[in-house]
Amino acid sequence: MNRRTLLLASGAPLLGLGALARPALAQAATVTGAGASFPRPIYERWGQAAREGLSLTLNYQSIGSGGGINQITNRTVDFGASDAPLPAAQLTERSLLQFPTVMGSVVLIVNIPGVADNTLKLTPEVIADMFLGRITRWNDARIVELNSGIRLPSLPVSPAYRADASGTTFVFTTYLSRISETWKNGPGSGTSISWPAGNGARGNEGVSNTVRQTPGAIGYTENAYATVNRLITTQIRNKSGAFVTPVMASFQAAADVANWDVPGFAADLIDLNGPTVWPIVSPTFILLPTNPTADKVNGSLNTMRFFDWCYKNGAAAATQLEYMPLPAAVQDRVRAAWRAQVKNPAGQPIWTA
Amino acid sequence: MGTTAPPPPAATVRGSSGRLGDTIFEWMCRGAGLLVLLLLGGIIITLFIGGLPALRQFGIPFVWSTAWNPVEGREQFGAGIAIVGTVVASVLAIIMAVPLAFGVAFFLTELAPEWLKRPVGTAIELLAAVPSIIFGMWGLFVIVPIIQGYIQLGWIGEAMAELPGIGFLFASNSFTGTSLFAAALVLAIMILPFIAATMRDVFDQVPPVFKESAYGLGATRWEVVRNVVLPYTRTSVVGGIMLGLGRALGETMAVTFVIGNANRIATSIFDPTTTIASVVAMEFPESLTGSLQQSSLLLLGFLLFVISFVVLAISRYLLRSKLKA
Repeated sequence: MNRRTLLLASGAPLLGLGALARPALAQAATVTGAGASFPRPIYERWGQAAREGLSLTLNYQSIGSGGGINQITNRTVDFGASDAPLPAAQLTERSLLQFPTVMGSVVLIVNIPGVADNTLKLTPEVIADMFLGRITRWNDARIVELNSGIRLPSLPVSPAYRADASGTTFVFTTYLSRISETWKNGPGSGTSISWPAGNGARGNEGVSNTVRQTPGAIGYTENAYATVNRLITTQIRNKSGAFVTPVMASFQAAADVANWDVPGFAADLIDLNGPTVWPIVSPTFILLPTNPTADKVNGSLNTMRFFDWCYKNGAAAATQLEYMPLPAAVQDRVRAAWRAQVKNPAGQPIWTA
Repeated sequence: MGTTAPPPPAATVRGSSGRLGDTIFEWMCRGAGLLVLLLLGGIIITLFIGGLPALRQFGIPFVWSTAWNPVEGREQFGAGIAIVGTVVASVLAIIMAVPLAFGVAFFLTELAPEWLKRPVGTAIELLAAVPSIIFGMWGLFVIVPIIQGYIQLGWIGEAMAELPGIGFLFASNSFTGTSLFAAALVLAIMILPFIAATMRDVFDQVPPVFKESAYGLGATRWEVVRNVVLPYTRTSVVGGIMLGLGRALGETMAVTFVIGNANRIATSIFDPTTTIASVVAMEFPESLTGSLQQSSLLLLGFLLFVISFVVLAISRYLLRSKLKA
């Protein structure tokens, strides 16, 4: 390589950078976020829509909730995203404001020859015992008793779970801990736990693949994933004692009875009371610094503009992707929290709309 | 590239700067060599410092403890399951790969006609170039269903499970096919080219006069290999096997896809378990900076580093004389 090509080679990227930086500065609207993989499809869809509707570019990296919390704590991104809510004490310690964006639900998927979609009925006790490895055959008396219309084969029960740490696992194990004292004191709940039985696979696709390949398998995935891939889901008996099918109406019923009046908007939608309520529903959260430095004020404002726009215009897209939009009253309270808590270095609120 | 290029033309024009150029070149090469050492040391030290909080918390028993509970508020971590899984999967892979590799190497050096040597040799080397994620996907979609349907639940597995004394090694309550056995099988295919290539190279280095003398005495092909080639190349063959073992120990993606990722000790080869590399790959993205979990994962990484380092050092030591020739 001679000197001229060297000069060219080193100069070209600089020129390119200059050319790129100029229009970006003129519009000055790129928001960078990182975190949860659970809401990635909807954030990407919203990002595409906002590029035209709001002339704002979203750069979202779904590196996992833990990664999102790490990144926003180090302030390397404009916002973090997490499926599991951070406790209030941690929010204060890290100077973060937490607010929900959409809600999603987790469903059970099974592979039993001859069992059609949404026909198998399961109770919380049976689900917990299957994942604990205590029910080992599908023709166990307790399952047969619940499903008098279905002929259950003598297949072994093979639980399948997410081996990678994930928000889906957090939601599902929280549900198991809520319904079973044994589970709560045993494996517990978290983004990854020590499973007493079954096989782990990577990602929603890994779990669904294991279930599809194994007669007698039972697993859990996000509802959106199960719907798109036409997986065989089950009914679950909810807290009110009614068997519910995993459909939008029953997810929405959970959203309607949720109590959002808690610190950090960390509403608990797991195992709620109500005749049509699906028991495994959870919101997903955004983490925003309450004390952005001067150079981050713009990013902070744009983050709030983006989610404000999504609340107003993104409901249809969310429903289409099987997520549930937040109730309007909650959206207003999020906006109020922005106004009250997110301050620029001078102590002025950044969100004034 | 751009920085080392200028000296040569200068050297041809002015002889006096040649020595200077030489010195610069020498120090740059020395620097490059030292950089590699520094990098290696840096990685070890970073892993160790990162794992120190976990080591302080759990002490040396971390190495054999079988606890692994990442749930907040009751964190308990230990490397026992992952280390056992890693070592057992790798050793099983070696057991499966070595006879096959020996067959390949023997075929290529003694039996294959000249025109076939090149294509088969190249095919083996190309196997080494297949990315591990491909092996993972292929393993999950092809090998795992075969193991599940034809081996574990087929007559082979059923017959093995009936064996007196060791039957329990083949009887499992897990029926998904993702298991220790699947991981070992995929690993065996992945390390086959490394072992076969080493064996072929060292078999080729047996002086023809040795073999010819044996043939002259009326020895059969098998007797020549058994009594001349293998004794002559024994340490190098073991070195090649250790090289394959080193590869198998650190393999991540392919194993993660097929091993079942369960933090439990496998009591049967059809049970799911986990390896050090898969635990780290699965749990690192969601671990919080500074958490005990992340520290434990880094400590696991350090242990894997130590194990691989020891295995590779042994292989280097055994291969040193034969490959120098």
